[in-house]
Amino acid sequence: MRVRETGLRGMISLRGDLSDTVLRTCATDLTGVAFPQAGQAMVGADKGLVWMSPDEILILAPYSDAQQTVDMIQERLKGIHFLATNVSDARSVIAVEGPFVREVLAKLAPVDLHPHAFAPGSFYRSRLGQVAAAFWMRDDENIEVMTFRSTAAYAFGLLAKAAEGGAVGHLVSDDAGDARG
Amino acid sequence: MLMLHCPNCGRDVDETDLHAGGEAHLRREGAEASAEAFEDYLFMRKNPKGVHFERWHHTFGCGKWFHAARDTATLEVFGTYSAQTSEPPKEIIDRIAEKRPNWSWESDT
Repeated sequence: MRVRETGLRGMISLRGDLSDTVLRTCATDLTGVAFPQAGQAMVGADKGLVWMSPDEILILAPYSDAQQTVDMIQERLKGIHFLATNVSDARSVIAVEGPFVREVLAKLAPVDLHPHAFAPGSFYRSRLGQVAAAFWMRDDENIEVMTFRSTAAYAFGLLAKAAEGGAVGHLVSDDAGDARG
Repeated sequence: MLMLHCPNCGRDVDETDLHAGGEAHLRREGAEASAEAFEDYLFMRKNPKGVHFERWHHTFGCGKWFHAARDTATLEVFGTYSAQTSEPPKEIIDRIAEKRPNWSWESDT
């Protein structure tokens, strides 16, 4: 198992009416991924869209492009009610990689991480130990965890310790065959 | 352990992801209200052993409020619903009435 910081990531919080086609098209054009439904994260190589709440999505982009992306949103969404903010420095992303990523997270978060409930593309906002965290699965051996930067050191420690302890064996790999998505 | 379905993000979430917001369906008293009515609104809360309507905040999740109807004694959850309403939806009231024949929304309010 490996736990590592992924370095700087561009993040733009976009709030507004998520059913608005202008807003949706703007978000998908900027990232090249499909618009996420509730509880989904559409994350490509370096760009993505994450469903944060009924009126908020988070746009992931390379760190150096973040401000430019905000400017493009401001331009394209003129006239509709929205809020776009560059929040790249508010949060950091930790990658957990290895054969039992589900179990590492399951030790720390009150979330069903069985493949039936949590599969690549799924997105959860919950907590790790005592701090707020959000996570999504890139593939069966790679979960990215996002926390506030101020609590990232705590979250990293938790994840590193949980990974060290090994698999518990509740989420056995035989189940992975039934995984959705 | 209490689990509630958040109607805003569609997840069944653990109590530890939530923050309890107290009694639901309070009616705000305005400036013209009597001192007694305003005190009632500010401070007086139901504390039933049985059916209770509550506000919950999905603090660690989507950050939105919702309402829940549950039994404070048995922890049975009758349902959760949008916070943008001044009284419980009919299906919740019907479900409670079916399970608690002596209870009615009218006598509760």
